[in-house]
Amino acid sequence: MTLILGLRRPRSKHHLSKHHLSKHHQSKPHLNVVQAAARQSLTRLASLSIGALVCAFSFSAATAQEPVRLGFMDPLSGTFASVGTSGLNVLEFAADYFYNSKGGILGGRMIEIVPLDNKQSPTETQLQFRRAVSEELRIIFQGNSSAVANTLNQTISKHNRRNAGQEVLQINYAAVDPILTNEECSFWHFRFDAHAVMKLEVLTDFIAMNDELSSVYIIGQDYSFGQVVADNTIRLLGEKRGDIEIVGNEFHPIGQVKDFTPYVTKIASSGADAVVTGNFGADMVSLARSIIDSGLDVPIYTFYAAYDGITATLGADGKDRIRLIHTDRANPLASDERRDFYRAFKAKHPNSDITQSRLANALMMVVQAMEQSQSTDPYDIAVQLEDMRFTSIAGDELWMRGEDHQLFQPLYISKQTDEGIEFDADNSGFGLLTEYEVGTSETITEHSCRMRRPRR
Amino acid sequence: MFEVFVFATLNGLVTGLLLFMLASGLTLIFSMMGVLNFAHASFYMLGAYFAYTLSAYLGFWGGLLFAPLIVGCIGAAVERYGLRRVHQSGHVAELVFTFGLAFLIEEAVQFFWGRDTKNYQSPELFDFALFTLFGQEFSAYRGFMIAIACLIFGALYFVLTRSRVGIIIQASINHPQTVANLGHNVPLIFMCVFGVGTALAGVAGVIAGPVLTTFPGMATVLGSIVFVVVVIGGLGSLPGALIASLLVGLLQSYAIAADVGMPELLHLLGLSFDSSHPLNDLWTLNLPQIAPVLPYLLLVLVLIFKPTGLMGNREQ
Repeated sequence: MTLILGLRRPRSKHHLSKHHLSKHHQSKPHLNVVQAAARQSLTRLASLSIGALVCAFSFSAATAQEPVRLGFMDPLSGTFASVGTSGLNVLEFAADYFYNSKGGILGGRMIEIVPLDNKQSPTETQLQFRRAVSEELRIIFQGNSSAVANTLNQTISKHNRRNAGQEVLQINYAAVDPILTNEECSFWHFRFDAHAVMKLEVLTDFIAMNDELSSVYIIGQDYSFGQVVADNTIRLLGEKRGDIEIVGNEFHPIGQVKDFTPYVTKIASSGADAVVTGNFGADMVSLARSIIDSGLDVPIYTFYAAYDGITATLGADGKDRIRLIHTDRANPLASDERRDFYRAFKAKHPNSDITQSRLANALMMVVQAMEQSQSTDPYDIAVQLEDMRFTSIAGDELWMRGEDHQLFQPLYISKQTDEGIEFDADNSGFGLLTEYEVGTSETITEHSCRMRRPRR
Repeated sequence: MFEVFVFATLNGLVTGLLLFMLASGLTLIFSMMGVLNFAHASFYMLGAYFAYTLSAYLGFWGGLLFAPLIVGCIGAAVERYGLRRVHQSGHVAELVFTFGLAFLIEEAVQFFWGRDTKNYQSPELFDFALFTLFGQEFSAYRGFMIAIACLIFGALYFVLTRSRVGIIIQASINHPQTVANLGHNVPLIFMCVFGVGTALAGVAGVIAGPVLTTFPGMATVLGSIVFVVVVIGGLGSLPGALIASLLVGLLQSYAIAADVGMPELLHLLGLSFDSSHPLNDLWTLNLPQIAPVLPYLLLVLVLIFKPTGLMGNREQ
């Protein structure tokens, strides 16, 4: 308290500087007060910290060891904060539920998740990466935005080349730009989501099965992922159903559009029978809302149109209309283990959902790699992860291909409905009902990755 | 083509009038106090969130009535206890203050309401199509938005030009000392204007929330464009704000509707580039892609050719 009081005086800077010369000698004793107060509190601090240290030592001897710290880098503020925060909730909960509550990993070490807010900007990602390095976080979970994932991938590759022995591992749980496991693949990057082309293979199969469709409108955010969706939808639909006409291919700036109605006007006047979009977050819900408000009755095929308030906002209007391709089996859930996990999560976060259960898969596979190698070193973990086969709590067979570090898992297409929903989204009564699924082995695609492996 | 044009006009009108509701308050505050309120769009967001919460208890109409009132009171309090003190340290301090306030409000909204999109719906009363043109519906709610905006413009214009209050306000814009000497409480007038300005932003939030979705980023999305509108229209000019809002709304809407771009232009000129050209992105650019940037381009042009804005007469 004395310290604070002592510091308060110099705040009247105008006063000091104006009469600086004449009052110089007067401010001297005042400085001494500050120094004395600082010295006093320093000694107090020292004695306190010694006490704390003694406590800590006796405590650690009895129980705890150094925690295993994992970085989680995603937007935790700004336009896309909801997506990042719900991911953080899931990862933190999974770490507590599967490991920390059962005595930790590697013989008693706890998992600590360190949030790093990159505001979904590549620039901020670089800054946060520096922070991660200085805090000695060696494993970084990241998912949102392929642009950010590409930046992080390159930054990590460069960092790891220059800092042997201090490598960092990127656990990509959601960025789906194919180049991350193709042209730009890296030994230090593992993807636990299916990439956009894998998902589009399944989605276009599903669209092609609908005989009533004769035209499709594609609209997406103007960045790498949006363009991958557009290009590949056109290519794949052309191969599978040459008779379906692509009546529109539109890009809009990401996170900038206030009102989607002008776009919807174009969709309506094109006479499209269906809309395909890779939009996420606010761009997704605004687009769907505008389509519904314009009275346009067409199915919307999406990647990310559920949870984080989207399902509740679209509600009955989105019923049987919103479909999405995803990696998590929705209702009915496959196993009791998965149900228990969901219920426990809901008990702790009643207003949140398990939006991305592949975060749990990624965490469990990383932990298994740590246990197998008895190490938290990124290189050892990477070697173990390569070609790992793993059964998820939902009973899905997962395979991490060693050549390009792409995970293969079953893919599902679900629709928004309120019938047959055991676990709803946003507590809205509406949820996702799985309509179509494809097994792990059928999702395997070619790759063009030529990986440079570090020598050890 | 004609149907696209008609709907583009209607859409532009709705966006433009929504922008006007925000810009009118901002320009009013600026003309009175000479301070650009960076937190203006945050009051718009507050309006939407308050209305969302209130509508659960009082219905949409209760939200429409009380949410702007609450926002206006918060605005007045901000002026009385924040801006008025900071005012003594000059304009830079005021700018920094409102800038900080914008962040503060965004964080507060996330703290109290969370980061998810909120399920804030328009009233069932408006769940019908006002009219159907060329097989496309124009929802009644959008008609309602237009009506409210026109009502606000009419009321503001009447109060400012025809009423006694308006005369005092206009006088204290130009000659605050004289007005004070005449026995009017100028600081009180300032506080009321700030309150009314933020309440207008609140109304915009209440009305736009159900259509443009209520989420913590809604202030950021609209914030910068409102400044563009105010500057294009001329700082401190209400008719200027209206014209600029409509201009920006229509410009964006038409640009999105127009499916032309560099490929067509190059075709006209008889030029072509193959896709391996290093500037391929530039040659394939089309108008809808750059639509959201066009208002900023317009801003630059206006600042070059008429720095006071379209209707502004204030020399800085």
